[in-house]
Amino acid sequence: MRWCDHPGFWLGSEVLQNYGCRMATGLGITLQLVVISVSLGCVAGLGLALVRLYGPRWAGLAVGGYTTFFRGTPLLCQLFLVYYGLGQLRPFWQDVGLWWFFREPFYCALFTFTINTAAYQAEVFRGAIQSIGRGQFEGALALGLHRWATLRHVILPQAMIVALRPLGNELIVMIKSSSVASLVTLFDLMGATRLAFSRSFDLSIYLYAAILYLAMVEIIRRLWDVMEKRLTRHVVVR
Amino acid sequence: MFSNLHLIGFGDGGWGWALLQGAGVTISIALATLPFGLALGLAIALMARSGKPVARWFATVYTTVFRGIPELLTLYIFYFGVQILVQRGLEGIGIKGFSIHPFVAGMVALGIVLAAFSSEVWVGALNSIHKGQREAGAALGLSKAQIFRLVVLPQLMRVALPGLGNNWMVLLKETSLVSVITLQDIMFIAQRGSSNTKEPLLFFATAAMIYLAFSLVSWWFFERLERRSNRGHAAFGGQTR
Repeated sequence: MRWCDHPGFWLGSEVLQNYGCRMATGLGITLQLVVISVSLGCVAGLGLALVRLYGPRWAGLAVGGYTTFFRGTPLLCQLFLVYYGLGQLRPFWQDVGLWWFFREPFYCALFTFTINTAAYQAEVFRGAIQSIGRGQFEGALALGLHRWATLRHVILPQAMIVALRPLGNELIVMIKSSSVASLVTLFDLMGATRLAFSRSFDLSIYLYAAILYLAMVEIIRRLWDVMEKRLTRHVVVR
Repeated sequence: MFSNLHLIGFGDGGWGWALLQGAGVTISIALATLPFGLALGLAIALMARSGKPVARWFATVYTTVFRGIPELLTLYIFYFGVQILVQRGLEGIGIKGFSIHPFVAGMVALGIVLAAFSSEVWVGALNSIHKGQREAGAALGLSKAQIFRLVVLPQLMRVALPGLGNNWMVLLKETSLVSVITLQDIMFIAQRGSSNTKEPLLFFATAAMIYLAFSLVSWWFFERLERRSNRGHAAFGGQTR
């Protein structure tokens, strides 16, 4: 008996015993999708926010259009656009040697989630940077700090504290939204659950999946509370 | 892709009308869910602030659960779960062939999730209303229901509006999930069209554009609504808008 068969055995649930290992694999895929896409999206989002705020006018407008598109359309639609839509351009991808990427549902989901969360995180970072008082910029200027030094040593450390909570929310949203990956034949936690249900017609499998998702969200929520307390311990609370 | 634009047109062999109908279904389910979800959310918010521990406990569990599990999962649980439970119940008394309309299942599932998210907005807005307002209402001899309806609610709307606007935007995008329970919204039509014509890029790009148009209109609408509800209120820096 493998370790992932145990929960079903202990709970006396036949369906969880049969599909426990698939669920565990699915949980791994969900975590991979979320962790990689949110990390990449964080870097990209910060870059996009800086371009939007300090870049040339045309670049700022382009970033504005990008964020508007990805925040104004459903993730499901974006995923289908990438997986089925871009997959239609197969000869082109084969020519440029990228077909291995757009052929795989996993890479397509990863790509879609990354560019989607980058748009949301760009807005979070933009709001956080804009919330920093003007005096901070002027103070840094008066000290003769270079533009990048101002950003790196004065603005971003303060902006990150403001951005922490919305970034945590974005991570939670991505965990939940990643379930649409199951609709492009990917067996993430949701995909494994759907498979188990379609074969067993046992509803309890949905409840076990709900508990797993809830546990992930709750762990992140607690973790973020601890992080926020630790990072803001020098800030006087009203 | 551009040589096949007639496929999304309104002429012969065009999917224009079908896509418009899908857009209509998307808007109708979003609009049908909104009042139900907001009212339930307000009820949950009032429970979260009530003096009864049981009500507070229920509100906490409700928001934690439905904010924590994916909307897709909620949708499946309601569509398949309720269907199977009711079927079993009805078969017990000899009725067969019961099925829930996907529109109802989608509306209930999305409304329950919307209630969980909007209750947080309502709680924040309720907290922002000064206790003196209720006390003044009581001093005027208004009943509890009258205080809520005539004193609290009008002030509540102004504070809650930005948050509720966000909830609406999320709801509008979440409606795309109802296509998986065979409701014929934009995504469903786009999927069918792309598999019939082998032009997924065209159809999903069109679907995205329709959603984008809905979002842009909503953004514009809520901005106007907020400006209107804030008139007469001192804005940041002492200026009036």
